[in-house]
Amino acid sequence: VPNNPKSDMKLYCLSGHPTLPCNVLKFKSTTIMLDCGLDMTSTLNFLPLPLVQSPRLSNLPGWSLKDGSVFLDKELKECSGHVFVDSVPEFCLPETELIDLSTVDVILISNYHCMMALPYITEHTGFTGTVYATEPTVQIGRLLMEELVNFIERVPKAQSASLWKNKDVQRLLPSPLKDAVEVTTWRRCYTMQEVNSALSKIQLVGYSQKIELFGAVQVTPLSSGYALGSSNWIIQSHYEKVSYVSGSSLLTTHPQPMDQASLKNSDVLLLTGLTQIPTANPDGMVGEFCSNLALTVRNGGNVLVPCYPSGVIYDLLECLYQYIDSAGLSSIPFYFISPVANSSLEFSQIFAEWLCHNKQSKVYLPEPPFPHAELIQTNKLKHYPSIHGDFSNDFRQPCVVFTGHPSLRCGDVVHFMELWGKSSLNTVIFTEPDFSYLEALAPYQPLAMKCVYCPIDTRLNFIQVSKLLKEVQPLHVVCPEQYTQPPPAQSHRMDLMIDCQPPAMSYRRAEVLALPFKRRYEKIEIMPELADSLVPMEIKPGISLATVSAVLHTKDNKHILQPPPRPTQPTSSKKRKRVSEDVPDCKVLKPLLSGSIPVEQFVQTLEKHGFSDIKVEDTAKGHIVLLQEAETLIQLEEDSTHIICDNDETLRVRLRDLVLKFLQKF
Amino acid sequence: MSPHRVFPLPVWAGQDVGRSCILVSIAGKNVMLDCGMHMGYNDDRRFPDFSYITQSGRLTDFLDCVIISHFHLDHCGALPYFSEMVGYDGPIYMTHPTQAICPILLEDYRKIAVDKKGEANFFTSQMIKDCMKKVVAVHLHQTVQVDDELEIKAYYAGHVLGAAMFQIKVGSESVVYTGDYNMTPDRHLGAAWIDKCRPNLLITESTYATTIRDSKRCRERDFLKKVHETVERGGKVLIPVFALGRAQELCILLETFWERMNLKVPIYFSTGLTEKANHYYKLFITWTNQKIRKTFVQRNMFEFKHIKAFDRAFADNPGPMVVFATPGMLHAGQSLQIFRKWAGNEKNMVIMPGYCVQGTVGHKILSGQRKLEMEGRQVLEVKMQVEYMSFSAHADAKGIMQLVGQAEPESVLLVHGEAKKMEFLRQKIEQEFRVSCYMPANGETVTLPTSPSIPVGISLGLLKREMAQGLLPEAKKPRLLHGTLIMKDSSFRLVSSEQALKELGLTEHQLRFTCRVHLQDTRKEQETALRVYSHLKNTLKDHCVQHLPDGSVTVESILIQAAAHSEDPGTKVLLVSWTYQDEELGSFLTALLKNGLPQAPS
Repeated sequence: VPNNPKSDMKLYCLSGHPTLPCNVLKFKSTTIMLDCGLDMTSTLNFLPLPLVQSPRLSNLPGWSLKDGSVFLDKELKECSGHVFVDSVPEFCLPETELIDLSTVDVILISNYHCMMALPYITEHTGFTGTVYATEPTVQIGRLLMEELVNFIERVPKAQSASLWKNKDVQRLLPSPLKDAVEVTTWRRCYTMQEVNSALSKIQLVGYSQKIELFGAVQVTPLSSGYALGSSNWIIQSHYEKVSYVSGSSLLTTHPQPMDQASLKNSDVLLLTGLTQIPTANPDGMVGEFCSNLALTVRNGGNVLVPCYPSGVIYDLLECLYQYIDSAGLSSIPFYFISPVANSSLEFSQIFAEWLCHNKQSKVYLPEPPFPHAELIQTNKLKHYPSIHGDFSNDFRQPCVVFTGHPSLRCGDVVHFMELWGKSSLNTVIFTEPDFSYLEALAPYQPLAMKCVYCPIDTRLNFIQVSKLLKEVQPLHVVCPEQYTQPPPAQSHRMDLMIDCQPPAMSYRRAEVLALPFKRRYEKIEIMPELADSLVPMEIKPGISLATVSAVLHTKDNKHILQPPPRPTQPTSSKKRKRVSEDVPDCKVLKPLLSGSIPVEQFVQTLEKHGFSDIKVEDTAKGHIVLLQEAETLIQLEEDSTHIICDNDETLRVRLRDLVLKFLQKF
Repeated sequence: MSPHRVFPLPVWAGQDVGRSCILVSIAGKNVMLDCGMHMGYNDDRRFPDFSYITQSGRLTDFLDCVIISHFHLDHCGALPYFSEMVGYDGPIYMTHPTQAICPILLEDYRKIAVDKKGEANFFTSQMIKDCMKKVVAVHLHQTVQVDDELEIKAYYAGHVLGAAMFQIKVGSESVVYTGDYNMTPDRHLGAAWIDKCRPNLLITESTYATTIRDSKRCRERDFLKKVHETVERGGKVLIPVFALGRAQELCILLETFWERMNLKVPIYFSTGLTEKANHYYKLFITWTNQKIRKTFVQRNMFEFKHIKAFDRAFADNPGPMVVFATPGMLHAGQSLQIFRKWAGNEKNMVIMPGYCVQGTVGHKILSGQRKLEMEGRQVLEVKMQVEYMSFSAHADAKGIMQLVGQAEPESVLLVHGEAKKMEFLRQKIEQEFRVSCYMPANGETVTLPTSPSIPVGISLGLLKREMAQGLLPEAKKPRLLHGTLIMKDSSFRLVSSEQALKELGLTEHQLRFTCRVHLQDTRKEQETALRVYSHLKNTLKDHCVQHLPDGSVTVESILIQAAAHSEDPGTKVLLVSWTYQDEELGSFLTALLKNGLPQAPS
């Protein structure tokens, strides 16, 4: 059998963003997409979309080339030395050319942040497969998409800039526009219709649910501890196991704790979604968040918290719930403004089964698991779909506003930046780690308001990763290239990279990796009738063998072995011919033999069976047994026996069977 | 490789709707399904007799786990007695809503039994708490690995909030236990669903084994009409319910009706549990039906405008009213108190929306008894109208058949029903699905022989070699696969014979035969060889026959050489040599050559 040296598993890397991954795994005739994260940092190159007409933004000067040519001044605007595209913001999609995405069988989603590119994949690539995700992931993912679509559609923009994307033009632009990658593949936001259609392709799964794919592979989501319903995935067959670790957390916040034990004994562990701020301690950041908030409000200023409508905001509200009274903030209104604010707060209370133990026990009482229910009941926290409508009547200052989008490029946050940016009494506190806060603030410069950076990223840091890898002991680790070297800004910090043996294999966008993976075994079922007919033979203590001759049936990637058909008894010669054509080629293959033949015992046996006139001669490698009368010669060596005789079939068969008595059959 | 067996042993659930408790032994694992109490008894007969399970030894040692399907007391009521008083420390599995609600109902029942009736030898509050500490909550569809071999999986069952069916699996053998289930979605719950998991045995409830219930809509209309007519003529309507489950569905029904008809007659819910109960529904909204889940952000179906909390003084108020009161079978508590107050007035009505166990007041009045002997030899005359409306969410015969069709079991076992009705259903199942169907009595054991296939690992080399041959034109014919099964500890691997030898550090012993065949031929050896070659080439069309440069002839791997006879120049000796693996062909060739060669063309 030719030993196929090719790898049995390939990884197609469609995203270069380590926390917004999109990889395709080809394994055992299945094509599995792992997450489809959408890189939204591209929007930082665009001007914000103001909800209320902003004279400042609309009066920004057009940008002109050094040579004075102004052909781009409609598309590009300048603000405090930075250049922005004046257009509908666009997102950087995963690679769509590296692999034919219509061949993807299933998409596994690990958390709601990692599914934002889903409509692009499911609606525009000919994808016909199934998407698997947990219920909280789908519900909250829907809210995130709904909010994004709402933010963008609410501010219709006539212009869609494209001149600047021309390669020859882009070259001439200042950084960071000059260095932006894949700009021609950037796309505008999807519509709600596309979102609904994409989400309708999702099948809900629960933690530790075993999902069979085409009988070849089994996939299982495991709790990852990072967000409501967030999962890591096990992709395995009976003899191979790949663990896909996406955003995971070991901190005790609201989600169910991470299931680490089930990751053990992986052949390959694909590691993505580590903390983006490895040097910040989330607990410390929360403390700083609270104290900065209190300080600002006490001084009569307002606090703006740009955030996603779900996730860390639940933890922040819980901290504030405990902190408000002791900090003397009871009279300060907290506003949560998002088209999905109400849904997010309601949904957070109904996923008892996906919460940490403490929160679960509250539900058993029965009480709402999150204390923001009480904040709402006591009117301390109010939520609104947007700044328009009821909010404008209720709005009191100083106050604290939670609103999106954290990129500061769209959503109600744009309005508050414009409104509060001019006063140094106000503070904007960045808690979401996905966007560089300096870049986010760039189109609002010059700013008088205070900026505090308290990124809260609960995902695994490098110390936790190294401990995890020691515990679960994968044979190979695969990760984005960013994790195999220290961050560029801290190149001396050798502790801020993955350290494991053998060294992790790294990938980058648009790469195809052959994973070090050789399949050796496959599951097959021996049917009971066949099993009953097997004759096991103990070869060594604890090891038994049985020779198997059976009919192989393969259907839907499942293999079974059945007993060979009984030889048919032909009734007439005519029929026989037809039968012999139909009957499978079932000639019984002779087993292999092993063992050796002790010459003395062999001779005794021959005598016992009536042979006489036996002569034994020694040779270099063994013996020759001569049966002179029958003119027969039997050469006996350690690993071979040779019977040389006249054409006397009866004699030959007798001798053969006597020899076989001394040998083991395989 | 002996066949394993599934032994389901109904401890109590047999032909009796009273309580459920079933023991299943599957491939050496013992699992107890449900641990119910009988509401019709106030003595020892109330709890299952656990000595059925094991006469000697601790239950913890004997049972691998206990599974509770839902929070109704006829399925979990004996749990604290079982775990704390008889003694069981192993895991108890149930869904999250069941885990949340079960202790409340147990405590409720304990209070009635001990505090009100002063019964002794009953479990305590602390025992309920200790018992619940042994509970492990499971998600729907999660595969819970109880130990290395035993796994369980929960499926949605409808019926009540958190109700689940369970698949119990060891290797390739499995049993599905339905608990109580409902195949049609109702106003607040969805329909039970299971995949085509093909268990060896499906254990299904059969409460409504013969009923094909009329459409839900008709029943609802009927219910509303009766309630409406009674209150219109100034009567009071008593609806005995359990605090969670049917109550919520009927509340939703009345609430919307009252809203639509703009009715002002008060509706009350009798226990303090109501609000709490509704809270559970709100927090576990993911367990309700599609419609409620979809709209819960805008409108919570479990916040009722027309339904108010009941005070016991209200029972004596004049004028019409509707009261939901617990418990549902009129065997104790507030529903029984109100019933006693209102029973004497023919204007009033009691509507029993669910099944009543034998021995309860509910069962008595439903079977037509109008003079009831109460405590202290009082006789209560029932003049009020008694109505029975099957609202309890059990699958009817059609639903049971539907579930059997979904799961495709190899055999079916009916429990939790009445013998006569079960017999009818049994025949129907055997006819329609051609599977055996059992209906054991209490304490009776059913043994099912199963013959599971044996999973082994086949070396990919061997499999691919076979599969590659499968791609050949004659692939439609099944082919024989030859290999060696290596059994070491519990690992079974099927490899090629060569690999098996290699792995065991053994060398192959080659057995070779060389036969001398004498031919009359005066020509030279080379010519003889050529004649042999053309003869074989013509005869053996399907085999590879070659004439090698050294003058020898091969047929596949069999070697034929021609040599001169040492004494007789007119005779040539053909040496035919083959190995044991080519035994048949070698033997065939010597026989063929012995017959001589055809005359050479001149």
